[in-house]
Amino acid sequence: MSVPAHLEFFVDPGRCIGCQACVQACSECDTHRGDSMIHLEYVDRARSVQTVPVVCMHCDRPTCAEVCPADAIKRTADGVVQSARKPRCIACGNCVMACPFGVPELKLDRQIMMKCDMCYDRTSVGKKPMCATVCPSQALFFGTREQMHALRPQSMPTNEFQFGAQTIRTRVNVMVPRRAGTAPLVDVTAAMNAEPTPRTVRLRVVGPGTSGAPVAGDGDPFAAVEI
Amino acid sequence: MSEDPQSRYERDLELDRRLESSEREGLTGTTGASIYEPPLVPDQASLPPKSVEPGEEPRWRRDFAVDWPEDNYVARRDFVKFLVLTSGAFVAGQGWIAAQSLIKSRRPSPSPRRVATLSEIAPGSVLVFDFPGEHDPCLLIRTESGELLAYGQKCTHLSCAVVPRLAEGVIHCPCHEGYFDLLTGRNIAGPPPRPLPKVVVEVRGDEVWAISVEERTV
Repeated sequence: MSVPAHLEFFVDPGRCIGCQACVQACSECDTHRGDSMIHLEYVDRARSVQTVPVVCMHCDRPTCAEVCPADAIKRTADGVVQSARKPRCIACGNCVMACPFGVPELKLDRQIMMKCDMCYDRTSVGKKPMCATVCPSQALFFGTREQMHALRPQSMPTNEFQFGAQTIRTRVNVMVPRRAGTAPLVDVTAAMNAEPTPRTVRLRVVGPGTSGAPVAGDGDPFAAVEI
Repeated sequence: MSEDPQSRYERDLELDRRLESSEREGLTGTTGASIYEPPLVPDQASLPPKSVEPGEEPRWRRDFAVDWPEDNYVARRDFVKFLVLTSGAFVAGQGWIAAQSLIKSRRPSPSPRRVATLSEIAPGSVLVFDFPGEHDPCLLIRTESGELLAYGQKCTHLSCAVVPRLAEGVIHCPCHEGYFDLLTGRNIAGPPPRPLPKVVVEVRGDEVWAISVEERTV
């Protein structure tokens, strides 16, 4: 059995509320009980509580498998990069160093690398991955592209990422703001150094003696407030 | 108002009526993945796209493919074939060795050859001669007590020329530090697996004759 091609994984980082439900659900799975294969990444810990769930992106050309000296990481025909084969893995940690998304985890106590395999035991029989079933805000979604389009009219999926000189296409999609044309390429390296552009609005004070007329800067509910 | 998000949402719902089906789960309109067509078996699934064409990959990567379907695992039938053929080759090799030793045992013994006169080899000296062929170097050793000893000069390890050390009572092979006993020719240290072949010598009057070669295994 393999994961059906029309079912895709969509990660919507903007909807993540940091509740850790996916982490708990993942660690409850019998195939790796007690260890979570998903983790939440803080975008900018110093200034924000925004988190991003990190699952394996199941790359077109998996870097982890490319660097594996023991030929332990394999990808099945449905495009899912499997966890390390137990008889082959030598726990060298090359994949941990190489993965641009930081997904593989080295389990030194049992000398093996373990990683998210999109809950292959579940998805290969038509069920959703554990994390996608428990996510209360649908930041993790598993379904068809049409479903996603209907549920997120403001967003569109993309699966191309730029890490330095490396362009990666993945099986897992990330939701980005919708725009005309094809899905954009996410330049991760550039985004790491980018600062959010500050937006300034003037606070409209309504009270005696003020007109209450709209001023420029209204209509941007996410803008920073300048008094 | 066609770009209104709500109307877009409703239009997209038209595309996929299963969103509104009775199996609908949760508040956000997701359905169980199982309502869609059954998953493909691996043989029917298409290969995932790759950035590099199959022909452009280096040879080692084709041998150790990342993709599971392209990895050439050894089939059970091939492995059994390999086992049968290899053990058959071993059996044939054993027969060949047996035939060789049979042929060798029926070969006529070499004709005796005169090696030297007793006056040519003083006690405590060594002489090199060829026996039985022209390219089979042997050592004729005369000990201080006057005893005549003769051994093949090829080390039984890797056929290096061995060097007798009369003062120490050993024959030394410098290649891998092998040692043989001077009086018996037996391997006493190092890698040599067998004693040196012993050449039977005979004193006929004043002359030393090599009679035969005695190959020894222990």
